[in-house]
Amino acid sequence: MDEPIIEALEPPKPEPKGLNIVVCIKQVPDSAQIRVHPVTNTIMRQGVPTIINPYDLFALEEALRLRDQYDGQVTVLSMGPPMAEDALRRALGLGADRAVLITDRRFAGSDTLATSFALATALGKIAEERPIDIVFTGKQTIDGDTAQVGPGIARRMGLNQLTYVSAIDSLDLGQKAIVVRRRSEGGVQVLRSRLPCLITMLEDTNTIRRGSIQDLLRAARAPVAIWSAEDAGVADPMKCGLRGSPTVVKRVFAPSPRAEKAEMVTIEGKAPAQIGDALIDLLFARDPKLEAVMTAPRP
Amino acid sequence: MSDHFDAIVVGAGPSGNACAYVMAKAGLNVLQIDRGEYPGSKNVQGAILYADALERIIPDFRDDAPLERHVIEQRFWMLSEKSHTGAQYRSDEFNEERPNRYTILRAQFDKWFSRQVRAAGAVLITETTVKDLIKDDAGRVIGVITDREGGPIYANAVVLAEGVNGIVGQRAKLRPEIKANHVALAVKETLFLPEETVRERFNLAGEEDGVVIEVLGSVSSGMVGTGFLYTNKESISIGVGCLLSDFAETKIAPYALLDKFKQHPSVAPLLKGAEMKEYVAHLIPEGGYDAIPRLTGDGWLIVGDAGQFVNAVHREGSNLAMTSGRLAAETLIQLRAEGKPVTEATLKLYRDKLADSFVMKDLKKYRKVPRLLEGNRQFFTTYPAVVNKAMQMFLRVDGVDKASKEAAMMRGVAKARGGWWGVVTDIFKMARAWR
Ligand SMILES: Cc1cc2nc3c(=O)[nH]c(=O)nc-3n(C[C@H](O)[C@H](O)[C@H](O)COP(=O)(O)OP(=O)(O)OC[C@H]3O[C@@H](n4cnc5c(N)ncnc54)[C@H](O)[C@@H]3O)c2cc1C
Repeated sequence: MDEPIIEALEPPKPEPKGLNIVVCIKQVPDSAQIRVHPVTNTIMRQGVPTIINPYDLFALEEALRLRDQYDGQVTVLSMGPPMAEDALRRALGLGADRAVLITDRRFAGSDTLATSFALATALGKIAEERPIDIVFTGKQTIDGDTAQVGPGIARRMGLNQLTYVSAIDSLDLGQKAIVVRRRSEGGVQVLRSRLPCLITMLEDTNTIRRGSIQDLLRAARAPVAIWSAEDAGVADPMKCGLRGSPTVVKRVFAPSPRAEKAEMVTIEGKAPAQIGDALIDLLFARDPKLEAVMTAPRP
Repeated sequence: MSDHFDAIVVGAGPSGNACAYVMAKAGLNVLQIDRGEYPGSKNVQGAILYADALERIIPDFRDDAPLERHVIEQRFWMLSEKSHTGAQYRSDEFNEERPNRYTILRAQFDKWFSRQVRAAGAVLITETTVKDLIKDDAGRVIGVITDREGGPIYANAVVLAEGVNGIVGQRAKLRPEIKANHVALAVKETLFLPEETVRERFNLAGEEDGVVIEVLGSVSSGMVGTGFLYTNKESISIGVGCLLSDFAETKIAPYALLDKFKQHPSVAPLLKGAEMKEYVAHLIPEGGYDAIPRLTGDGWLIVGDAGQFVNAVHREGSNLAMTSGRLAAETLIQLRAEGKPVTEATLKLYRDKLADSFVMKDLKKYRKVPRLLEGNRQFFTTYPAVVNKAMQMFLRVDGVDKASKEAAMMRGVAKARGGWWGVVTDIFKMARAWR
């Protein structure tokens, strides 16, 4: 083919407006549907449907609300096996604009330290295109329950971290500032932070929307960006996956059911004191040692 | 933004998946919509998959479809309260390279099928209910409205693969409401048992060998219905289904019926120690040929259970669903290639294909069976009871001579039906319905 005489010029892209938000989500097994093998007492993960970690949905909804109000773009980011693409597609169907999956054999076996490393690095890559204003994560996951990944990302990226946020009071794009409510021990803190920052959302703070038909059609057709470790900019393999994970899960098991059974006893009499005495007598009759311990004079 | 598709398929069960798959493979722009959280999530668990129908759509499905066991043995039981009389057929010839029937778990199977549909290029949206069809001024169906914001979505053809209730079709006044004596209500449980236990209890040598038991008699407590039991890899599917109208009339609770079946002395030992995994209830179209609604119109066509395509006598449904879905797809592909519109007239092609296939031929063959059974409950009550009584008398050694026993058995059979004439009539009726 002939060389084109006039080189094609890229029309200038419109300056992106509004907020650049990234929500980190995780695909988890639906714990409500996990079964324990009746014979081996191991946890059966096969055939268990996967869902977006429920806590992440509060983060996603909050991000979508900010975008709807201030304009901008919401990217969902996940680290996981290739099938985690399903979770990202579902997030697109809920209204997210773009999805990135970082997936690589080298990430397998990551603990929270390695996970926050990989995610923070990928976030850095995303920020190269355009600076990120807010990173959202859920409060914790239902399969790990550590609540460490969000803070881990914030620390690595040097972001202010606003954890356990129950509401966003205001946001000032010009001033690059945000005011949030945060649940803390014994009260509510109202915090003001500069942007960019990282927010972990508390549960039950909003209700995830139903995407529109257009969201769903876009989700079904839109490509999910799939990044390998290299694509994500993760250069140091010693910080990834098993090798980058000081925590090791030794064993996962269901607590064995207790042998004792609950039992109903009939007690004559209605007065509380009578019932109490009768109960204590019953307990002591069954466990004489307990009686000895409980009735021994205090030293 | 308005979207336009070559076809919209309502439903992602076997019929909708077959239809969407074949169309997408042929390059049509297909949208499939299902109300379930994921395909299969609303579909009844544990079933028999008939390989042939699927093989005509995805020839190498055995490579990765989630199959439980292939069926090497079929048992038929006539049940009375404490006994069963049975016939069984087992053949090592069923242990062939491409087995003919499999047990499957629908939730897993439908998910797999749906993945193939998407890989073929169809666009699937889930958790979305189609509420109604849109028609143009001439009454031609041109698209669908869903329960989500942002619609309608337009298409050259809407395929109603919505299952037995046919609500969308009804709402759009394309078909009447289904009748209670045209559907059976089936309840079913999946019971977990260790793999080795399943094999031991059912005498299965191969890891993937399976057994099916079909049950008639006291299992339906006088209603028109049957029970069934299938072996899966690590579980057993057991269920019972009876006419919805019978449940309504007798006020028998479906779960109580299933509980009674599970406790039957012939069944209980097979289930001992099993843990319940799932309980589902679902309707099965059983009205047969005469219950089939209008199947085509301008811009729309019906496939699968929505068309009452179930052969109740042989417990076949998913294969009729897949086959009708495939034939609908082939029709729409051909019409598009020929640049023809999708109308009642051009869809004669689909009706002809159906008429030419086993779907309509089998339904026609058993046309009279549903009405016969409904009006002749002795097939579910008297006969199984009498047969079991007779078997017992025949086998018990108690000093009575054999000739007297045989005479008593014969008299018993005749008396149960008000004389020999009754028995002969029944045989005649059955033979005629079967023809
Ligand atoms: C207990 C039981 C046991 C059975 N056993 C067997 C067996 O062993 N072998 C066999 O071959 N057949 C069996 N059948 C029959 C078989 O299940 C059906 O024939 C088959 O599933 C029909 O497929 P379908 O695609 O037409 O409908 P379905 O499988 O019912 O699928 C319909 C789909 O449409 C969706 N849908 C419905 N309405 C809407 C809407 N408005 N908007 C969006 N989505 C909608 C539903 O969510 C569903 O996914 C059994 C049925 C029952 C109930």
